[in-house]
Amino acid sequence: MLYREVGDFKTSYKADGQTFPIAFDRYRYYAVLLIAFALVPFLLNDYWVKAIVLPFLIYSIAAIGLNILTGYCGQVSLGSGGFMAVGAYSCYKFMTGMDIWLPFGENGESIQYALPPLNIFFSVILGGFTTALVGILFGLPSLRIKGFYLAVATLAAQFFLVWLFNKWSWTYNYSASGQITAPERLLFGQAITGPSTEPWATYLFCLVFVVVLALVARNLTRGHLGRSWMAIRDMDIAAEIIGVNPMKAKLTAFAISSFYIGIAGALLFAVYLGAVEVGEVYGIQKSFLVLFMIIIGGLGSIFGSFAGAAFMVLLPVLLKNVLVGQLGWATDIAAHLEFAIVGALIIVFLIAEPHGLAQLWRVIKEKLRLWPFPH
Amino acid sequence: MKLKTATAVALAAILGASPALADMVFPSLSYRTGPYAANGIPFADGYADYFTLINERDGGIGGVPIRLIECETGYNTEKGVECYESTKGEGSLVYQPLSTGITYQLIPKTAADGIPLHTMGYGRTSAANGKVFNNVFNYPANYWNGASAIVNHMLEENDGDVKGKTLALVYHNSAYGKEPIRTLEELSEKHGFELKLLAVDHPGQEQKSQWLTIRRERPDYVAMYGWGVMNATAIQEAANIRYPMENFIGIWWSGSENDVRPVGAKANGYKALNFHGVGDDYPLYDDLKEHVYDAGKAAGAGDQAGTVLYNRGVYAAMLAVEAAKNAQAIHDTKEITPQQMRDGMEALEMTEEKMAELGMPNFGPSFKVSCENHGGPGLVSVNQWDAEAGKWNVISDYSESDMEVVQPLIDEDSAAYAAENGIEESCS
Repeated sequence: MLYREVGDFKTSYKADGQTFPIAFDRYRYYAVLLIAFALVPFLLNDYWVKAIVLPFLIYSIAAIGLNILTGYCGQVSLGSGGFMAVGAYSCYKFMTGMDIWLPFGENGESIQYALPPLNIFFSVILGGFTTALVGILFGLPSLRIKGFYLAVATLAAQFFLVWLFNKWSWTYNYSASGQITAPERLLFGQAITGPSTEPWATYLFCLVFVVVLALVARNLTRGHLGRSWMAIRDMDIAAEIIGVNPMKAKLTAFAISSFYIGIAGALLFAVYLGAVEVGEVYGIQKSFLVLFMIIIGGLGSIFGSFAGAAFMVLLPVLLKNVLVGQLGWATDIAAHLEFAIVGALIIVFLIAEPHGLAQLWRVIKEKLRLWPFPH
Repeated sequence: MKLKTATAVALAAILGASPALADMVFPSLSYRTGPYAANGIPFADGYADYFTLINERDGGIGGVPIRLIECETGYNTEKGVECYESTKGEGSLVYQPLSTGITYQLIPKTAADGIPLHTMGYGRTSAANGKVFNNVFNYPANYWNGASAIVNHMLEENDGDVKGKTLALVYHNSAYGKEPIRTLEELSEKHGFELKLLAVDHPGQEQKSQWLTIRRERPDYVAMYGWGVMNATAIQEAANIRYPMENFIGIWWSGSENDVRPVGAKANGYKALNFHGVGDDYPLYDDLKEHVYDAGKAAGAGDQAGTVLYNRGVYAAMLAVEAAKNAQAIHDTKEITPQQMRDGMEALEMTEEKMAELGMPNFGPSFKVSCENHGGPGLVSVNQWDAEAGKWNVISDYSESDMEVVQPLIDEDSAAYAAENGIEESCS
């Protein structure tokens, strides 16, 4: 009864090609947007935003990004943490005023030009673009190598980038500790970064990014580009024979995926944490975390990215609150048990539903179409 | 969707439980899991046990019972933020995260929320300047005092002349490990020794190449700023290349039993700095035994009593309790607010008589906190590990560090922070 095309007549190509062709699906989507924009901001407090909602939104962007590369284009990447670091550090440089040193004269003197500090919104976007460039660079090996070998090449990117941001003091404005700290930045008079932000402001800031990026991703994957990615994923030689340019397909996947991941990294640093240290926040474990999200959520699905991010962000917090907060267990036992439970659930999910939470959702939708008369 | 609802229900239940007003809340952002657990556990146990003692023996601070909220961070900044946000609404009086990374997160946040932050011997060193860092305290000693104390120890052993000597710094490649570099550079210029920097990446189990360098270049001294598994690994590697242990000096975070014990007899002679007493030969321990251990109320496994980091946890809790007593006296109220707690910390004075009264004679240095100086005097002693007896021996008195070098650096760094964040220096 729900999710049915029956009786939902399209009279133009435009209507037929819209993002959510099924009317019920479309209304559900509008309802989610309405609740997210008009209702949730009034309900949020500091704890909900800083511990649950912001990480969920930010990791959703990262998961969509990696899903474009791995789920849609079939290129395995273990470099997400490093790419997030690129986003964060370039966002930091743009928001504090990029200083550029030009060599001058014979004795190696240099002159310094400094860009003015940019608005936080544009800093995040530029962070994304910088990451896209870096992503293309590290995507080049994908033209020659595949599968596990490519995974190892991206792993090299991960370690190289973390090393770079530890070593190159220009990237952290020569601070003695090597930490980058987001100064307070305003958007429309509201603090978005820094310590004295309103919960709703940071939430809406991230939500706008999430909604726009998810919509763009959804439409990209339905269009020409997305189809060429999927062709490469399913069988690259066949794709080449039917006229898909593998270089273009792979490099665009790397660029767009890195753009998303870079924005997620920038938001993670600027809006969520406020101060980061590259080795600790953007290490290899972050790459795995994002990879787990898309595997659990479902490869090749935008909804799966959200579901995976929700699963990996919410479950540990939920377990902690139930075990320590409700049952009063010792924190270390709870923390260890948390690992065990999350690990076990991952295994159970992958056995019961190898295509992730997104597949579960698809099955439910199929059932709902027939409900309540399944025959 | 189901998951979200379940979370909502669970969290609403927790947030709904309103705190009993009569408590004094001390959050403990501890880590009993992960690569830093070996060091996190004893500190958390000591911190908890001292509060338990105060509750059991004295019925709380000035009659108000203490409520300790423990939250597991795993030394991870994201979990640290979650812990902070979930506990700050409970009326938390002071935060002691025992992590430099989490400290950097919390400095602006606690400033905005008006909650004091005590980073005892860690965190951002320039927070010693209370004119800029109004609510951050790092008494009784900071990282730069430690760096200077290591150099002072070198000077002492070489009759005041270390020209031409080399000092290698093996450090945790993070904000924590990088802190002393500026100070050591200044000191190397002043005293004419050569400084070599060897970074070790998180979590610190990979140190082969660093120690190969040390083996090849044979520096006269090796200093270490390590934490967690990195400490034991480094001491093991030093033993493997037969580096003379008495020339290997760790900061106070690299000087616990858990760091030297795994190496066995070969760790004998390893030195580490400290700013408080070692062992359990204090009258306080009789009380702890009577009211806490024998009553079965010890935190954790209860097997850490008397270790260096356990003592540090006890010391941290003791300073917090004394500051709270101060705050009660200053504001003439039993139930203090975080802001009043801050005033209590700023007016804290530890004297020898006071320490003796608390059952901890000669446990820590005498010091006085003021608005200008949130860092204390930086009195540091040197301990040496006796592997056979299995204990640390204190081999020097609490001695002063080179404030001539350290103070200008503190002023410079805190001024930079003040400029970045638009803070006006003031003592009000």
